[in-house]
Amino acid sequence: MERDKKKKRKTFTRRDFIKGISGGALSAAVVPEFLPKDLHALPSKQGKILLYSKKQITLTVNEKNYSFEVESRETLLHVIRERLNLTGTKKTCARGECGGCTVLLEGRPVYSCLFLAVRADRKRVTTIEGLATKGKLHPVQQAFINKDAYQCGFCTPGIIMSSVALLNKNKIPEIEEIKEALSGNLCRCGNYFKIYEAVSAASRSMRRS
Amino acid sequence: MKKKELEPEIEDLNLLYYEEFKDKETEEPEVLPTPEGEEFKIIGKSTPRIDGKRIVTGNAPFTHDIKLRGMLQGKILRCPHACAEVGSVDLSQARNLPGVHAVIQLQKGQVKYAGEQVAAVAAVDENSADDALKLIKVVYKPLPFAVTEEKAREEGAPRVHKSANVQKFNEYNRGDIEMGFKKADVVLENTYKTAVEIHHTAETHGSLAKWEGDRLTIWDSTQAIFNVRDSLARELQIPASKIKVIKTYMGGGFGSKLGLNDYTIVAALLAKEAKKPVKIILSRKENSLCVGNRPSSLQTIKGGVKKDGTIMALYLKNYTCGGIGRGDRCSEPLIDIYKCPNVKVEEFTIFTNTGASRPTRAPGHVQGTFALEGFLDELANEIGMDPLELRMKNYAQKNLGDTGIPYSSKGLDECYQMGAKKIGWKNRNKKPGKGNGKIRKGLGMASQIWWGVGRPGTLADIKLHRDGSVEVVSGTQDLGTGTRTYMATVAAETLGLRPEDITVKIGETVYPWCGSSGGSTTTPSIAPAVRDAALKAADYLKNRAARELDINADDVILGNKKLFDKNNPAHSISFKDLFREFRREQVFHGEYTGRPSGFAYNTFGAHFAEVEVDTESGQIKVLNVVAVHEVGRVINKLTAESQVVGGITQGVSTALFEERVMDNTTGTVTNPNLRDYKIATSFDIPKIVTLFVDMIDPRINILGCKGIGEPPRIPIAAAVANAVYNAVGVHIREIPMTPDKVLRALKRKEVT
Repeated sequence: MERDKKKKRKTFTRRDFIKGISGGALSAAVVPEFLPKDLHALPSKQGKILLYSKKQITLTVNEKNYSFEVESRETLLHVIRERLNLTGTKKTCARGECGGCTVLLEGRPVYSCLFLAVRADRKRVTTIEGLATKGKLHPVQQAFINKDAYQCGFCTPGIIMSSVALLNKNKIPEIEEIKEALSGNLCRCGNYFKIYEAVSAASRSMRRS
Repeated sequence: MKKKELEPEIEDLNLLYYEEFKDKETEEPEVLPTPEGEEFKIIGKSTPRIDGKRIVTGNAPFTHDIKLRGMLQGKILRCPHACAEVGSVDLSQARNLPGVHAVIQLQKGQVKYAGEQVAAVAAVDENSADDALKLIKVVYKPLPFAVTEEKAREEGAPRVHKSANVQKFNEYNRGDIEMGFKKADVVLENTYKTAVEIHHTAETHGSLAKWEGDRLTIWDSTQAIFNVRDSLARELQIPASKIKVIKTYMGGGFGSKLGLNDYTIVAALLAKEAKKPVKIILSRKENSLCVGNRPSSLQTIKGGVKKDGTIMALYLKNYTCGGIGRGDRCSEPLIDIYKCPNVKVEEFTIFTNTGASRPTRAPGHVQGTFALEGFLDELANEIGMDPLELRMKNYAQKNLGDTGIPYSSKGLDECYQMGAKKIGWKNRNKKPGKGNGKIRKGLGMASQIWWGVGRPGTLADIKLHRDGSVEVVSGTQDLGTGTRTYMATVAAETLGLRPEDITVKIGETVYPWCGSSGGSTTTPSIAPAVRDAALKAADYLKNRAARELDINADDVILGNKKLFDKNNPAHSISFKDLFREFRREQVFHGEYTGRPSGFAYNTFGAHFAEVEVDTESGQIKVLNVVAVHEVGRVINKLTAESQVVGGITQGVSTALFEERVMDNTTGTVTNPNLRDYKIATSFDIPKIVTLFVDMIDPRINILGCKGIGEPPRIPIAAAVANAVYNAVGVHIREIPMTPDKVLRALKRKEVT
């Protein structure tokens, strides 16, 4: 997410967004008529009702176009897992600490658990399911199999996405660059050492082909 | 499985599983296993996982990923107080929230730690369930508590259970300890401390429950489907025959997923009430609070040694804390691994108002080895001896410090030789802390013992289908260790196929019985069972083919999906052609029946570490690790190496970072997330060299293999601590060895 912040703000930040909605919601004591009946509502400390507004967004995920009405609090991860049923992207900590939910947004790795879906409007997203083309594995995926660069496999999709993002901008990464690129992805089984080997091997095979 | 009760109300998972992992004298099988010395084509080589493609494409289904039509999300309300009386619980508002299908109360009376379940809801989605939890009104009457070991040990401290907070749970005596100290030239006493660790599996704990009439299906992220089924049957008072437990893929367990969890029961109860399937997935925070931890330890070792290095006496006094559960038995390495005639052990558990402990990859051995191996290095320094030489001097061929029965196989001496050569042991500082400068380098080592034997009674079937396809079936679990792949490897080796030709089916209680996947027991249980079934299948096929080919069965060889005449390879019949003649599919039952008694079955290993210590910042960097293990025959070198690499990474994490921190004021965990509870990242990893001693256990099972899960997790923290000692000349007797502790220890050196 750090990488994100450095980028020029295009629309609005999550903080602006939350500030905006909470200010508006606390003053709204009544459910406006235009909102659906099954609206998420809960009493706040002030005894008022907090509302989650909805917004129509369009997304391109793994080369396919989608349109959804999302809740303003809904994360990109939620859209990917629950609405698109692409469960390769994992929810591991849900607070941007482990990278299990890493996807590519316009080619850059982002933690989809912290990324609000509304912010991804009109963006191009690649998940682990979209890496292989016509049944042929991406070189990073193949290298992970060859080197046994996984154990339980739960963090693997996130780590593969970060690795792909690295190799897309740096064809011949040094070991320290690989470590840095993957430092936002935790592997609890502790297979990092084999993961470096796999990323290096993938880099070699991508250069060959 | 004998459960020694301290008090009936205390959850004692640790003892339960400790007894299960431990190598016990078992009834001898009628036919004793004799491992063949034959050269294998696939076994022992590196085989990539047969299900690798599923994993790297995101198509391996984990419990988190399973979805059923009409499925609801369950959530659990947990008590925020470390100790409280639960008063009134008002569920009505939560029940009225749109989208909520079931709300149940779970706890009446006293809660004993912050995180204990109080009520639960099931709603159409996660957000609705979260919202509903906020609408449950609970009146708590907070009570005094003790969440730290120090506080719980104080006189007049609030009692966690009805009985005392400190209780002795283990005692061991051998020889005459006082006489041993008298005969020693040097007697040393030091205290070592290890912190509470959280498993933090990548996939948080979770279950999905679905009822169909009186039949219950559970999808569970578990290491033990049969344990879950049987315990659930007891809890819900329904027959085990009505329950099916399925484990697909799981995101790590490390011991925390060995038994039935409360949330699984809750999911079943909610599903019953809502009449819809209910999935409960715990949050990262819940994983920090209520699904286990590695107990802390405070171990004082007093040891006596002769000037020539002969260890005369070892005394261990251990205070260990596993929250409302029991602490770990840390004494096994000290009792067993080195020759020592006089040993005394006293272990006490401390109860605190924190979540119950659970077995954590090598329970007790990680803590015990950190203390014992560190102590040995300090002892070696006292008598001016090479630490490795001290270990060789006290090398035991029999268990219980050379006073028990012989080890069936023990390649620890080879581990020492191979490791010392690879790391360049002769280059270490002859005197710890030699040299000056800001950055100091050092070398250290530590040895390891664990069980890692199989469970007699483990079953596996080989099924030959009439279309020529082959299937291996067993109710075992793949924790990410590659179980599926080595099952296929063993079957393929025996039947002359390639691993990818075999379909492996595991993880359902409708399959043949297999024990829990823990304690490094899976490979030595399941590999021999598959081999047994496959040998029977091969025999049958040879006989059938002999008739078809009109030759002797002894002359039939299997290979390349064919059966052929060894004297005339062109004379053959394909699997397809032969199998088509079967009246029905053919099933062969395999079993691991046991091993001869009178021997001790253990795994051994030694880790050598090179570290760099920044004496100004107190930062430790592990540069290189050489790990050498003796685990009998290695079935799949590729996945075995991954186990070692993972064990070392987790061990480095233990040594340098991991500690659950309790707050005495609020009674809660202050670091229930992955930011404040630091685990090793890609930046913290040393260069790792993995070696295996080429050895086959001559009697443990028909393959001569042992387990590799726990062993690489055990010695690494001690090896790192000893390397730090070698670098700076002062032993950090406490893990995690955070910079503050390193700097404090360096001060200690200046003073003395």
